[in-house]
Amino acid sequence: MRELISLQVNGERREIAVLQHHTLLEVLREDMGLIGTKHGCELGECGACTVLIDGMPVLSCLALPIEVQACDILTIEGLEQNGKLHPLQETFAELGAAQCGYCTPGMLLAGVALLRKHPHPTREQMKEYLAGNLCRCTGYTKIYEAVEVAAQRMSTGEEQPMRPEVEEYHV
Amino acid sequence: MSKQEQNRAQPVHPYTIVGTPRAKVDAYAKVTGRAVYADDILLPRMLYGRILRSPHAHARILSIDTSRAKKLPGVLAIITGEDLPQKFGILPSSQDEYALAIDKVRYVGDPVVAIAALDPDILDEAIKLIQVEYELLPALMSIDEALAHPEVKINDEARIGNIHKAVSYEFGEIEAGFAEADYIREDWFYYEGNNHAPLEAHACVAQWEPNPSDPIGGKLTLWTSTQTPHYVHRELSKVLGIPQSHVRVIAPHVGGGFGGKSDPFSHEICASELSRRTGRPVKITCTREEVFLLHRGRHPVKMWIKTGVRRDGSLTAMHFRSFLDGGAYGSYGIASTYYTGALQTVTYTLPCYKFEGMRLFTNKPPCGPKRGHGTTQPRYAVEVHLDKIAFDLGIDPVELRRRNLIEPYSYTVNGLRITSCALGECLDRVVERSGWNSFHADKQIVAAGLHAENGASSAVTTVKRGMGLAASSYICGAGKPIYWNELPHSAVQIRLDRSGGVTVYCGATDIGQGSTSILAYIVAEELGIQIGRIHLQTADTALTPVDLGSYSSRVTFMAGNAAIAAARKLKEQLFQVAAERMQVSPERLYAVNDVIYDEDDPGVTLSFEHAVQFAEARFGALVAAGSYTPPEGIHGDYKGAGVGPSPAYSYSTCVAQVAVDEETGEIVVEKLWLAHDVGQSINPLLVAGQVEGGAYMGYGEAVMEQQIFRKGRHKIPSLLDYKLATTLDTPEIETILVEIPDREGPFGGKEAGQGPLNPVIPAIANAVYNAVGVRVDEVPITSDKVFKALRNQSQGKGMGLQPSPIETPSPWPTRLIKWQPEEHQSAMKRQSDHTSLQEGVL
Ligand code: FES
Ligand code: FES
Repeated sequence: MRELISLQVNGERREIAVLQHHTLLEVLREDMGLIGTKHGCELGECGACTVLIDGMPVLSCLALPIEVQACDILTIEGLEQNGKLHPLQETFAELGAAQCGYCTPGMLLAGVALLRKHPHPTREQMKEYLAGNLCRCTGYTKIYEAVEVAAQRMSTGEEQPMRPEVEEYHV
Repeated sequence: MSKQEQNRAQPVHPYTIVGTPRAKVDAYAKVTGRAVYADDILLPRMLYGRILRSPHAHARILSIDTSRAKKLPGVLAIITGEDLPQKFGILPSSQDEYALAIDKVRYVGDPVVAIAALDPDILDEAIKLIQVEYELLPALMSIDEALAHPEVKINDEARIGNIHKAVSYEFGEIEAGFAEADYIREDWFYYEGNNHAPLEAHACVAQWEPNPSDPIGGKLTLWTSTQTPHYVHRELSKVLGIPQSHVRVIAPHVGGGFGGKSDPFSHEICASELSRRTGRPVKITCTREEVFLLHRGRHPVKMWIKTGVRRDGSLTAMHFRSFLDGGAYGSYGIASTYYTGALQTVTYTLPCYKFEGMRLFTNKPPCGPKRGHGTTQPRYAVEVHLDKIAFDLGIDPVELRRRNLIEPYSYTVNGLRITSCALGECLDRVVERSGWNSFHADKQIVAAGLHAENGASSAVTTVKRGMGLAASSYICGAGKPIYWNELPHSAVQIRLDRSGGVTVYCGATDIGQGSTSILAYIVAEELGIQIGRIHLQTADTALTPVDLGSYSSRVTFMAGNAAIAAARKLKEQLFQVAAERMQVSPERLYAVNDVIYDEDDPGVTLSFEHAVQFAEARFGALVAAGSYTPPEGIHGDYKGAGVGPSPAYSYSTCVAQVAVDEETGEIVVEKLWLAHDVGQSINPLLVAGQVEGGAYMGYGEAVMEQQIFRKGRHKIPSLLDYKLATTLDTPEIETILVEIPDREGPFGGKEAGQGPLNPVIPAIANAVYNAVGVRVDEVPITSDKVFKALRNQSQGKGMGLQPSPIETPSPWPTRLIKWQPEEHQSAMKRQSDHTSLQEGVL
């Protein structure tokens, strides 16, 4: 049986008929076409499906839409504002924090929440906060670097993209 | 300022794009959620499919009753084995899989029935209504069981018992080699194997478009999360009986592969057949559990090594045996078997070498290639074994390795051609950066100090630190294709448009490593244009020329060279018309940043757009193709010489620092330093990303990932129970790129995708020994094993934890092939053509 509910996703409120037992992940992807949210397990084990609910990272594969009708839901599609990327999206791209990109939407949303809680996170704080988001490609190093540079840019309001130190790698 | 520092300050190469870090071409699609992966595809009228898999490890299928499921409203098609009776497999010599089981199932997870329905909820119901009657057969779950029970035949491909493949080689004179040794050591090792666990589960969407006017009846398109669209194309056509001309395979964005998406899979074939039967698109998305079951992961391998050395540490002979647990089907297993032996000679000079390998069928998910394909397990064994030898002889482990380094531009004893090799530099750099020497000096002082105090100091902690080192090498693409033929391994087509747009077409498949970006950088560098004007069409068998796939670390080297070849042809045409317009000779022209300049008078220029228009007016449509085939003469002339050769080899070294608690056995890997010889990085940011990702993956394999079975079943097929390294576990990784260009690599470049994983596991193993003085000769090295090893040692039961030896079949069940490198090399000098090369390894 479908039930008519209303969800506030990326600042837009929409009425939508959902099957009661479907998860928020399924409703976002299948019913609303918001395929930017990924899934690696659908059992709450990988973090790929992370969205922000009232600013807090939540695993959408474990959330029921009916319970979040009164909340503000942010998916990767809503992170970009008026055609402008969030600084963390920019640094993820510039610093190679997205390889296959499959963990990226979830990782970015968790990262945005992290920066909200700790505007200048230490590596330890990052590790603690992002521990629920698996990435099989990067070894996390470039993700930390992207978070660090984004934090810097957000505090200085700097627009100029910072390039990674290429010399670092070289003989 | 040292010479190296000077190099660092001044870019030595003349490139404008190559060698500079920059965002990938698809980076912004990935950070905004716009990148479309297979499961993201939603087509009008699309159905959902699912596969019912075997719950038994080994059983005969007595009957399948789908009648009740068929009656369920919303179920549109159900197929079983007899609907797809054609066997398939990635290797022409291992055609042993059915899309759906016929007569027998061979592992828990073997596909049995496929269903298409209107939605996944109906599938849930329908699956429950299918009844399969099985007669249970004994299941063999290990190498030892497979050897002990030849009467239980798992797979008909096995000629003797459950032995899928056995090989035996002697290069040079092994007995003479051991006779020259001052010291000989033997060891057994076990590597348990593991899953790739890409974050994206396998998924595909098939769409059959009927065309009654075509005798074939229509065309099939399959979007699938694969590393090898070309081989999926081949096998789909074969099993479905549709000519390849009527099949199109597209790899959309792929959410990681690491080797796990290199086979043609049952779900791809079933989705296609279900689409053909229903006339509607069908999507099948595997669950995480299914990813563990369809597997193709790293083979469990038991290994025995015997090595002879002189007192000074130089190697005189090596004899290596491997026993691979292949699981229920062939997959890449024959190649994996050869790979466990082929590359031992590429890192250190071996004057003679004997290799015996054997792959066994067991009732487990089929094993296949994982990052480092077949070379990771022996590399672990060899590097730990050498470490033991170094300690036995009292030689510094770095020194032992240094004494045996393979020479650049040489041939190995098994006939492999070596080109550039910066292994020595990698060793130097990793030793220097990690503070290896001072760490070990301090450790000795501390050890001596404690000894003097008789351990009475109250500051004594149970946590001990250790540092270990290992080296490795890897191929930059397999020198031979899976199907031996004369066709190029990779091709690139470039189209220049009068608008100034440049479209690059190539079959190469980006699985996150950045191969699409590499194509753009190389074309932009060669044509002297900005990357932004390039459009990329990749991994689409209808649009793009064949590239064999993202396996064997081949894409940068092979597609890169093909891209250079294509771009050069167009550049020649552009320069010809530009030279006339600018009234200078074409030799004086160079192109940078969308502008063609006169070298002698940079004030004289022509824009790229104008050059394209003039050239199109002169030559007609501007399209050029380039292709790449590895050179001949890079391997020996014996049967089996097709696995191991590569146009170039990358080299890596790793130092690991660990802290081990002597009381609990708990291991913390604190830091990894990894130096990698990449020849020339096309984009150092991506190379470093590959190195870090490889180090991360190697770390997880070394200390946590377990591939364990209970009562015939994978015990932990979920991301919660199967331990993967999170942010909290992963050690700091320091990357050192060593750039000594290879003569044949694109701009000198070599691979980075797989090689850097290999030294990590033995470096960690050696570090654990250095920390607490016990050896765990089994991967993964988990805390409970270290604990046991420490207990064994304290109870005087040996040096740690060693795997039980396998009773070696005698005689070895295949003919020994003896091969002399000298004879081959003189023969090669005599005849410049290599028509006598024997085919048929794969
Ligand atoms: S899909 Fe939700 S945690 Fe994995
Ligand atoms: S980028 Fe591939 S899983 Fe993180």
